[in-house]
Amino acid sequence: MTPTRPPQTDENPAGVDLPLDPLPGHSSRGRLERILRRGEFAVTAELNPPDSANPEDVYERAAIFDGWVDGINAVDASGANCHMSSMGICALLTRMGYAPILQIACRDRNRIAIQGDVLGAAAMGVGNIMCLTGDGVQAGDQPGAKPVFDLDCMSLLETIRTMRDDGRFLSGRKLTTPPSVFLGGAINPFAPPYDFRPHRLAKKIAAGAQFVQSQYCFDVPMLREYMKRVRDLGLTEKCFILVGVGPLASAKTARWIRSNVPGIHIPDSIISRLEGAENQKAEGKRLCIDIINEVKEIDGVSGIHVMAYRQEEFVAEIVHESGVLKGRRPWRREARPDDAMVADRLDHILNDNPTERPGDIVKEAAN
Amino acid sequence: MSDKPALSTTAKGPAGQPQVAPPSASGGMTQATLVKKTAPKTDYKPADVSPQRRVQRRYTMRLWSVRHSRGLEWLYARFADMFLKLHPLWNAIGYGRVEAPVKFVEKRVKGIMFDCRMCGQCVLSSTGMSCPMNCPKQLRNGPCGGVRANGNCEVEPDMPCVWVKAWEGSRNMVEGDAILNVQKPVDQSLRETSAWLRVTAQSAARRQSAESVQ
Repeated sequence: MTPTRPPQTDENPAGVDLPLDPLPGHSSRGRLERILRRGEFAVTAELNPPDSANPEDVYERAAIFDGWVDGINAVDASGANCHMSSMGICALLTRMGYAPILQIACRDRNRIAIQGDVLGAAAMGVGNIMCLTGDGVQAGDQPGAKPVFDLDCMSLLETIRTMRDDGRFLSGRKLTTPPSVFLGGAINPFAPPYDFRPHRLAKKIAAGAQFVQSQYCFDVPMLREYMKRVRDLGLTEKCFILVGVGPLASAKTARWIRSNVPGIHIPDSIISRLEGAENQKAEGKRLCIDIINEVKEIDGVSGIHVMAYRQEEFVAEIVHESGVLKGRRPWRREARPDDAMVADRLDHILNDNPTERPGDIVKEAAN
Repeated sequence: MSDKPALSTTAKGPAGQPQVAPPSASGGMTQATLVKKTAPKTDYKPADVSPQRRVQRRYTMRLWSVRHSRGLEWLYARFADMFLKLHPLWNAIGYGRVEAPVKFVEKRVKGIMFDCRMCGQCVLSSTGMSCPMNCPKQLRNGPCGGVRANGNCEVEPDMPCVWVKAWEGSRNMVEGDAILNVQKPVDQSLRETSAWLRVTAQSAARRQSAESVQ
């Protein structure tokens, strides 16, 4: 007996297992795009990639987000540290019906590899791709690696947009089926040159960005200033801005991040607030919720991107306690268009007792 | 596995275990820090972090060029006009033949002025006279998110970010808003060729096609 479920917004009315049809004006089949375009406050989270070859590790880490987020970022060797690849994570996640956001960093692959990966990802059912430049190899655990940086985030966005909209590779060669993906980029309003940052977002939009996720936001007044300038440029109508937030584990971690991770700006007031608290971990979570509550009121912010590195179990609590979903429950699993094919194949293997040895197949064909 | 030696394609046989295998990172320390700590210590420590930076150590001239971007913009425009006027001459000698001497001069002049890397597709006029190929990530469309609070590079802590300087330089220039255009990815096959000759040939071709239309 299956209990009757309340009707879900992002569900094919003919059946849960059926894929969604793309809506007019949408560039992907994904739910993240639907939610953003419908004007709802979106929540995305970052999956901490495992250092293992065990698919269960990925499934376990994704299960924590079940029903709490609209998209899961599969990070591509963040901080230039080696982990399971974002393509691999996306392959596993799409197999289970999650909605991943594939991150592509320009540090590790050239344009030939990247364009191939985009097609592969779109074929697996990845609906969202986020284009990044990537940290320098010096920041990671393998500083001796060769930095590639063949494209930069901007030309990567433009390349994928050309593949999607014009149906051709960078070289001009035609694609038979273009990848239908929702394109994203990253912004960092908290790094100099501050005057250039809003223009850089405009540039990213011109190159093809439809949504952007920001670096960790710990300085809300600074973000407000940035958003004001972004609104003045009229960019909030062309692009969905998701603000990056995350809990700090302790004042010590905060200090370490501030001096060791480039691009993350943590004001002194945040550190002193953490230091004054009895339970620093709980205070870090409280702080994150406070920031979310401030950020969601800013005009032009379409969602949040929760990066709870090694504290993934807090994501659900943070999302719940900040009330950003307003009672909405993100739909967790979706069937891919080729699921029926895979199911048929499995059915055939399990039930039909097929002859699959090449010799037998030839004999069968000969008779 | 242990009693049989692993097959190897090298003459020396399978590579041995690395001499110091960094242990796995635990809480409070990243793997990167551990790798740095366990690296073998020697007396010789190279000064800079990225090899690109080691090619040219000083950046005084580069910063001077950015400060005088307005003047250089003017000079560059005159210079491009002159080169275009000489197009019949280049054509008569042959672009192929003239390439080597022009490249020789271009490489040295731009090398001194901008720390040029001879990418062959110069975008200095769109980047405030700050050569983007000096960025350790060779970004051609603006700064990455890792710029330090003091405006220095995340990879090279003592080098001012190329793009922070580019933004400053572009604000002095008349056509400074060209920094807002999206640049195409670098065509690596054009490296070590003369951007001056290419631009001249291209604008000559444009001029010709415009004339033929009229």
